[in-house]
Amino acid sequence: MFDHDVLIIGAGLAGMRAALSARQNGVDVAVVSKVHPVRSHSNAAQGGINAALQDRGDDWRDHAYDTIKGSDYLGDQDAIEIMCREAGEEVITMENFGVIFNRDEEGRLGTRAFGGQRQARTFFVADFTGQALLHVLYEQIMRAGVRVYEEWFILSLIVEDGRCAGAVLMEIRSGDIHVVRAKAVIMAAGGIGRVFEPSTNALICTGDGMSLAYQAGAELMDMEMVQYHPTTLQGSGVLITEGARGEGAYLLNSEGERFMERYAPNMMELASRDVVSRSEQTEINEGRGINGCVLLDCRHLGEQVIRERLSQIQEIARDFANVDITKEPIPIQPGMHYQMGGIKTDIDGQTAVPGLYAAGEVACVSVHGGNRLGANSLLDTLVFGRRSGQHASDAVKSISHANVTDASADADRENIQGLLSNAEGGPMFGALRHEMGKTMNDNLAVYRDQQGMETALSDIREVRERYRSVYVPDKGKTFNTNLLFTIELGFMFDCAESVAVSGLERKESRGAHTRTDMPDRDDENWLKHILVKNSVDGPALEHLPVVITDWKPEVRSY
Amino acid sequence: MQVKFKIRRFDPDTDRPASHFKDYELEMAEASTVLDGLIQIREDVDGTLALRCSCRSAICGSCAMRINGKGSLACNTKVIDAMPKDGGPIVVEPAGNMKVIKDLVTDFAPFWDKVRAVQPWLQNSGPEPEAEYVAPNEDMLHLAGVMSCIMCGACVSDCTVLEVDSSFLGPAALAKAYRFVGDPRDDADNDRLSALNEASGIWDCTRCMQCVEACPKGVDPMGRIMSLRDKAMQAGFTNTNGARHATFFTNSVGHKGWIDEFQLPIRSKGVTNVKEMLKLIPVGIRAAKAGKVPNPIHKAIPGVDNVRRIHDKVEKNR
Repeated sequence: MFDHDVLIIGAGLAGMRAALSARQNGVDVAVVSKVHPVRSHSNAAQGGINAALQDRGDDWRDHAYDTIKGSDYLGDQDAIEIMCREAGEEVITMENFGVIFNRDEEGRLGTRAFGGQRQARTFFVADFTGQALLHVLYEQIMRAGVRVYEEWFILSLIVEDGRCAGAVLMEIRSGDIHVVRAKAVIMAAGGIGRVFEPSTNALICTGDGMSLAYQAGAELMDMEMVQYHPTTLQGSGVLITEGARGEGAYLLNSEGERFMERYAPNMMELASRDVVSRSEQTEINEGRGINGCVLLDCRHLGEQVIRERLSQIQEIARDFANVDITKEPIPIQPGMHYQMGGIKTDIDGQTAVPGLYAAGEVACVSVHGGNRLGANSLLDTLVFGRRSGQHASDAVKSISHANVTDASADADRENIQGLLSNAEGGPMFGALRHEMGKTMNDNLAVYRDQQGMETALSDIREVRERYRSVYVPDKGKTFNTNLLFTIELGFMFDCAESVAVSGLERKESRGAHTRTDMPDRDDENWLKHILVKNSVDGPALEHLPVVITDWKPEVRSY
Repeated sequence: MQVKFKIRRFDPDTDRPASHFKDYELEMAEASTVLDGLIQIREDVDGTLALRCSCRSAICGSCAMRINGKGSLACNTKVIDAMPKDGGPIVVEPAGNMKVIKDLVTDFAPFWDKVRAVQPWLQNSGPEPEAEYVAPNEDMLHLAGVMSCIMCGACVSDCTVLEVDSSFLGPAALAKAYRFVGDPRDDADNDRLSALNEASGIWDCTRCMQCVEACPKGVDPMGRIMSLRDKAMQAGFTNTNGARHATFFTNSVGHKGWIDEFQLPIRSKGVTNVKEMLKLIPVGIRAAKAGKVPNPIHKAIPGVDNVRRIHDKVEKNR
């Protein structure tokens, strides 16, 4: 058994930012991650991070308004105000840590335009901003000497006397199971991308954190709000940054028309992501697509802009779509990208379970509401990661460890034994995950309706039933990824089910949740969050009003 | 399309210490990658196959391994490019120069220890700036070329120095070090260069180019190591075999138009270095017996003036 004051699950941007702030606050911190920190999915954020810097003539209130409008008024405005107000300081902190942001002619931080915003306020490192931030935060973690349990996998959260008191973890290399006792746990384990197939998300994004927090008694919020990114590659789902459109790339249909003129005449390709994805899907559905895709055209940007600012997508297009973006447009389509919803937290990351915090994509503060603006996710991870770390490290100073023993791991040990002893002939994790992913993508994508969502829900429950006899062929202790993936699949069902039941509950269209059978936004009845709680009868739903401060809901057009 | 794989398997729980090859044959789409194949194997064919992979788009750095003997990322290697023309299988093995944990999973702890050894964090002794550091965009764009390193270890896998000397810091850690030495915001250059000048550092690279070939992100680790050598010498760190070797080499070519092979080893070690000079004596005797001692009289080549002009021009443009 190991003891730490604050235990952080996940070593992406949110987790490492939380670790640094807690460490700076003088407590004993450890980070656990199922992959090495620099392998985390924050890597994949390409385009940038938003901040309204006052000395550039920008105003955080404008950023807040763009975010609120982008959220289709489902974001909580108190939280959005905090995020936008603290954004500038966070970006400067990251620069001072060593991030090599692109500069303007005077050598100060340069910006690029991004979707859904009236100002260019996205700070960036070429088109690998997430990687640049992640590697620099890891540098700071090394410098601070924070203990990292690399390639340790979380099996469950420990709740004692109503408080979160640690976690049960498996060391992947040895297969050994350990109890780690903590006075506070910060869940920063990322999103649920792989619940959908395809997805832009890495294979590690399996919703472990959301599911475990849910099982421990925390609430999930806004789960129906799943972002489909407008520019992903067909088949693999690999992401092409919004930065391409920020730099001026066009979207074209099969007739060579810049179709966004008809959907968002002012913002065109840089309307909010939900708007652009819907427009693309409409074009495709109405027969103006090309093999299920529309085209992203970067040719007119010129080789220098592409080399200096879009180098990674040049590689990606070449390697994964066989396209030279300086010569041809890239076929793209909307693809699952981000979960706006997650573990409900307050502005300091606290969940409904005392001692359990959450930050980053796994959490829902809610700053993204019905639709996240591009380049707000990196910001969310840093601001609320830092705030969670700060609050948790303050709180643990007056708390002693709960009475936790190694017996806390017994249930997980039994569960694993159960999985390993399932008979040969049962389904394998891969096939089950594909089935679930397909029904999610078929029925809970850009356009939804009652019947489709009901189909998805019954499919999820049916797959989950078959999972009880899932077969794990690898019985070894050492680096048994087969066992891990099977456990991960178990976590994914809670997430998938929450998305489907929340989608069925919301009887309107808002943000990313667009129902063809209920196409209008209904502020009178649905200007509220949907919460999902775990109960003996399955997911139980509640509603919560949206926090409105200064910005009253308006008709949303771009 | 039928694709054949030959994968080096190792499971310490069952066959310590032997590893062995196992063959697989898959039906795959033309556009598939080697990683697609490995995932297909572990999901549908043989669930016991272990490998690391995550992002599938060459940014997380998890899936470096040897494909047909060469350090590569499985996720951006297309099967159609990797399939040998003779119809043989694509040979997949764990990354080299690392201990294998299981199948294609290797132990990265030494890799990270070396990265940590170069103190890879920005060190600025000035007062905390109130806003961002002001820095030229060209410098940042230049560093972006190094920062795009994803720490996959493909370079380390193929490094020929590490094959014989596991203490060498290696291409990834040294490229990381360059990222700070080249950063105008970092002012620990002298300490960094002094440390990198030590044994196992910048002078141990043999310039074999393998790391440059293997790097999937165009980081050019060897080029960065060469830049570090330049910077170290410019900063006055000339008291090493490597620095003396480079100085004498250049001077010899600059004066006579070609290398003085007789003096080169002597000058590299340092003429006043008695211990090293004594060690050279048996080498000299063996060379003499084999008739391989170069002529001690180093004459200028015909047309040496042209070489001098090139030399002077290069020196001036440094």
